[in-house]
Amino acid sequence: MKFLERIVENMEPKFAKGSKLEKLHPVFESFMTLAFTPKEVTKKGSHIRDGVDLKRTMMTVIIALIPCLIFGMVGAGHWHYVANPTSDVDVTNFWADFGPKILYGLTVLLPLIIVSYGVGLTVEFIFAIIKGHSLHEGFLVSGLLIPLIMPADVPLWMVAIAVAFAVLIGKEVFGGTGMNIVNVALTARAFLFFAYPTSMSGNSVWFGGQPDGFSGPTALGDLATFTSDDKTSWAFQSVSDFAEVYTMEASWMGYIPGSIGETSAVACLIGAAILLFTGIASWRVMISFFAGGLAMSAIFNAWGANEFMLLEPLHMIALGGFFFGGVFMITDPVTACQTNTGKFIYGFLGGFLSIMIRVFNPAYPEGVMMAILFMNIMAPTIDHYVVQSNVKRRLKRLKTA
Amino acid sequence: MSEAVEKKKAPREPLFSKKNRKLVIDPLEDNNPVTVQVLGICSALAITVQVEQALVMTGSVLFVLGLGNVVISLMRNLIPSRIRIIVQLVVVASLVIIVNELLKAFLPDMAEKLSVFVGLIITNCIIMGRFEAFAMAQKPWPSFLDGVGNTLGYGIVLVLVSIVRELFGTGTLMGIPILGDKVEGTGLFATDWYANNNLMILPPMALITVGIIIWVQRSRNKSLIEDH
Repeated sequence: MKFLERIVENMEPKFAKGSKLEKLHPVFESFMTLAFTPKEVTKKGSHIRDGVDLKRTMMTVIIALIPCLIFGMVGAGHWHYVANPTSDVDVTNFWADFGPKILYGLTVLLPLIIVSYGVGLTVEFIFAIIKGHSLHEGFLVSGLLIPLIMPADVPLWMVAIAVAFAVLIGKEVFGGTGMNIVNVALTARAFLFFAYPTSMSGNSVWFGGQPDGFSGPTALGDLATFTSDDKTSWAFQSVSDFAEVYTMEASWMGYIPGSIGETSAVACLIGAAILLFTGIASWRVMISFFAGGLAMSAIFNAWGANEFMLLEPLHMIALGGFFFGGVFMITDPVTACQTNTGKFIYGFLGGFLSIMIRVFNPAYPEGVMMAILFMNIMAPTIDHYVVQSNVKRRLKRLKTA
Repeated sequence: MSEAVEKKKAPREPLFSKKNRKLVIDPLEDNNPVTVQVLGICSALAITVQVEQALVMTGSVLFVLGLGNVVISLMRNLIPSRIRIIVQLVVVASLVIIVNELLKAFLPDMAEKLSVFVGLIITNCIIMGRFEAFAMAQKPWPSFLDGVGNTLGYGIVLVLVSIVRELFGTGTLMGIPILGDKVEGTGLFATDWYANNNLMILPPMALITVGIIIWVQRSRNKSLIEDH
């Protein structure tokens, strides 16, 4: 370490103010602080003393994402071999032939991660240099979340455009890290979803390297066919037939096709445990999000207007990106509500709307993305009314006293 | 005789004096009705999917605003101030009806595409704004120039936005295929990986494009940035 430290110390004057490479100081600084503690300390009195800074917060989230990442790689490989059967790989069991499956998953996910980080950090570096501030670490998490919420077959250039759009319009125009109104990773997904719907939804993008003519819908895609009046277009005869193919166990464990990292509820729960144990994510938001989803599914279940609504609540929330969104997306502290009461309302409505959009609008089988983006926009309003009602209550107390 | 009368008046201003030129040039950049005054946004979002639509729209607004400004300016001393908005509305409405009929007669396809948005020129804030703020207090010729300038400023933004939206939304410009699919052999610059961006056709992208134009303009000219 001493050797590395000396190199860094020798390099520092080259980037100092007034020297040749002054403009690149943010770049130098961000790489230096990856390994060493910065020399700058708070000059005025600081109120909170804690070892956790932005970089460490982000690293914790990345560690929490690792179960989803590994599961996603195995899943990507598994579904690839389901669509392209070979005699070498056993596709009857999800965990059989772990090696070739994870290897294929790596070839899918690694380019996605490289493109996502490469493009995102380039945009951030440009803005850091123009504005003359140090590079913020905000993109560390977004850059890993984006590949995990993409279908396996998405073209890399689309990911590049989406990441550039999300960082530029979703974050930098509002003032950079910590100032964004909507979740950056979901902005990237929403951009692709509306811009290139054929590459982001439907029956031909979820199984990596899918051959022509192979129809591979997701569980939610199959469920969405139930909303049609024409029974011949239904993927299954009834919802109980559906539950036999996509069993409760498969849905929770994640043995179903979908976006790379979102399928496994269990992997998300491991991440949730890490986030809650370290206190990075708000338990209020997370718990109320799942409560909201269960409540809406239970209401639909009691109503039962079509086959889709008859799906059991615990099965309903295990499908699609509900868990991934509830653990990693809606808990983003920047875009969530700041007041404690607000967090409950925000999370509950998020889960509630996710299921509602999913069931009511077959064009958007993945309602979680829309619901979270919508709640991101509503968060300041919720906070405003929570604060106002608090003020009103206290005023009343003042008057009666 | 006429010369003698004119000599008694103040010296006549040349048609394109510096002041008059400013009336046309100012709204193009520093006082642009769309990007600086943020007026007429609704139509900028609605009809900028194709460059052709944007051009026809600009032409229609040019007719309505140029002529309307002159009419209002001529009547400015006759209009009782209490009912001036109604009078202005009548003038815009009659001009818009003329434009609408002309489009239906000579450009029926375009009239169908623009549909209600021709009629909605009446509600274009730029027009009522110029009547109220300029034509009510100025002579006909400066009013005409003001109308032309503001329409051009509006048209520039419209065309810029529509170029971005048409090029990336449908891969064409003025209906001519530019970007396209190599397999199908369409477009001048065909590549393997091009695909039309459907988001560009949706209104949110027009708003974002206008926002980016405003951003670029204000970072070039810092005096436009409001301080608060």
